[in-house]
Amino acid sequence: MSLDSKSHRLPSYLEYRGKYKGILAWILSTDHKRIGLLYFYCMSTFALAGVVLGLLMKLELIAPGQTIMTAQTYNGLFTIHGLTMIFLFVIPGLIAIFGNFMLPIMIGARDVAFPKLNLFSWYLYLLGALTVLSSQFMGDGPPDTGWTFYAPYSLQTHTNVLAAVTGAFILGFSSILTGVNFVVTIHQMRAPGMGFFRMPLFSWALYGTAWIQLLATPVIGITFLMVVAERVFHIGFFDPTLGGDPLLYQHLFWIYSHPAVYIMILPAMGAITEIIPTFANRVVFGYKAIALSSLAIAFVGYFVWGHHMFTAGMSDTARWAFSLLTFLVAIPSAIKVFNWTATLYKGSIDLQPPFWWAMGFIFVFMIGGLSGLVLGSIATDVHLQDTAFVVAHFHYIVFGGTGFAFFAALHYWYPKMFGKVYNRRRANIGLLIFFIGFNCLYFPMFILGMMGMPRRYFDYLPEFHAWNIVSTIGSWILATGLIIIITNLLRARKGTPEEIDNPWNGRTLEWQIQSPPPLENFEEIPIITAGPYERHNTAE
Amino acid sequence: MEQTASHILEHRDDTASKLGMWLFIFTEILLFGGLFIVYSVYRYKYPVAFHLANHELDKTIGLINTVILLISSMTVAMSVSSIQRGNKKLTITLLSITLLLALIFLVNKYFEWGAKFHHGLYPGSGILHDLSHGDILFFGLYFFMTGLHALHIIIGMTFLAVILVKVKNKRINSGDYVLLENGGLYWHLVDLIWIFLFPLFYLIH
Repeated sequence: MSLDSKSHRLPSYLEYRGKYKGILAWILSTDHKRIGLLYFYCMSTFALAGVVLGLLMKLELIAPGQTIMTAQTYNGLFTIHGLTMIFLFVIPGLIAIFGNFMLPIMIGARDVAFPKLNLFSWYLYLLGALTVLSSQFMGDGPPDTGWTFYAPYSLQTHTNVLAAVTGAFILGFSSILTGVNFVVTIHQMRAPGMGFFRMPLFSWALYGTAWIQLLATPVIGITFLMVVAERVFHIGFFDPTLGGDPLLYQHLFWIYSHPAVYIMILPAMGAITEIIPTFANRVVFGYKAIALSSLAIAFVGYFVWGHHMFTAGMSDTARWAFSLLTFLVAIPSAIKVFNWTATLYKGSIDLQPPFWWAMGFIFVFMIGGLSGLVLGSIATDVHLQDTAFVVAHFHYIVFGGTGFAFFAALHYWYPKMFGKVYNRRRANIGLLIFFIGFNCLYFPMFILGMMGMPRRYFDYLPEFHAWNIVSTIGSWILATGLIIIITNLLRARKGTPEEIDNPWNGRTLEWQIQSPPPLENFEEIPIITAGPYERHNTAE
Repeated sequence: MEQTASHILEHRDDTASKLGMWLFIFTEILLFGGLFIVYSVYRYKYPVAFHLANHELDKTIGLINTVILLISSMTVAMSVSSIQRGNKKLTITLLSITLLLALIFLVNKYFEWGAKFHHGLYPGSGILHDLSHGDILFFGLYFFMTGLHALHIIIGMTFLAVILVKVKNKRINSGDYVLLENGGLYWHLVDLIWIFLFPLFYLIH
């Protein structure tokens, strides 16, 4: 059934006129859908800037020696590339955009629990982003520490670390408030009849993520405040000349930043879990296992941070324990992959662009995940630490995982968000080129890493030349694919609106309302009578 | 097409507000938790220096401030009870006492910090720099942690001041007082953190 009667269509969230006009109607709106789009536009801008920075770095590496930039510029470039991509796009991306937009609709609510706080989070995000970016233009040049701000270098360098660290602190605050909002929303706002185990699995993933945001972010917050205090007041927390311990910084940093990896990947897995049953036209296989594996990842992910520090100087016992725990995370991740595959089995598969993206996700995520096990075992990690192998693994997970899932989610929910369709053929062509470019760009870095090429240098020995050329050409192919994908979506945005409330035959609640959704999502709050992927899950 | 965001105005859920506040308080505890970890690492590393350095702190002022904060927690809790009974005047009085006590706490802190500065015991000073690593870290942690706590006192005071005005305007009343409850919860958090800071810095044996 469809919740809205076809006889009358309400004005959508894009059209309604509130108290304010023009841009104010957006930047003062507390509507979760408009806030989702505000995040979407900001983050897309930042992410594209990050892509350009990445392309420049790859261009520098096309030949040994100085090609287009000096060593110092390169150091600044990989720092701001990391800061932009991680703190401004990948960590908050799927949560703030699709979480904001879809979570209330999926659980049958009219908005999040605290709409004003939600808007405030966006302002904090913007403030944090601008503070981070201001580090490029003020003080003694762009920071050159890498996005990790490792002490004691981050305390000694003369570049403008202060602005970047302060900005990252503000972004963390924004992330915490979003986490509070989502946990309370899921606890309090579910529609009648929607128990926890009738929630769509994207909501489950967001729930696990929101808890990580709450539990992990404060630790990085205080760590960054300590770095600020160190630089301004010379307190000595992490400065060995004053009695501090730089290794303590690494511990505190990774206590947050490893769980943050799961902040990036859990919502991505959640989005994939929505897409696969829809296009397999089946009830998802192993609902409870997938739901609980999200929480298991969130929980175990909290205790594995030490695997970033195998060569930093820890006791053997600690390294052994962290290595074991790291392998444990692979279990809930594999549970998800097996359940996705089992959902496809005997499904009636509809090969649409979002589904292809989901398949691409599984492919690259598997490579990323398995290479993670190589780095998680101590013996191989000692050889591969700080080589291009780590960069390849990281990008297969973060870009290949979260990035692919981002595009999968965007192609999946695009008709719902804008009430328009994109050209499916062009979307598929874009994806194919993007996919080839992606593997061509990052796979050679696995090989380079095993050959011994260190990361974070603008120069390399001549024997690494051939694979670096392949990698740089890959970056161009990837950029071509990206341009096709983006222009396709932009063109669709300009196209005429269509009545496509449920183009993919989705069964979760967001597909039961009109596209784009009206201001209050539901005229009447639905009553839920079955699981989210059953064909008839609401009462008439 | 004229529509207002009515759901935002109509929607009121006190349980959600309080749940949100509890979660936020939880993150605040974790924020200080990071510092408690750092404290324990360095106290383990420099036990003797920490023990000796704590003699420089004024236990009397510390004790007075502890008592002040405990009383202020009591008055804020009483203000919640009095608004539930609809006694607006008493609520305002109790909140004003809370704010006054908080101010006295900060004044005490000012004199305490002032004395340390007078002796040159502050991060970055030449005198402290010549002392041992343990001393440097003890005073570094002392200033950072009590400073961050003082910042929370100021945030809490601002929060309570806003609440005070709203009580005056009857925006907070016996039918809708969840904001006052949340303000009270935050104030208890500020108090709780001090209850841990006080023994860690002043009462080391």
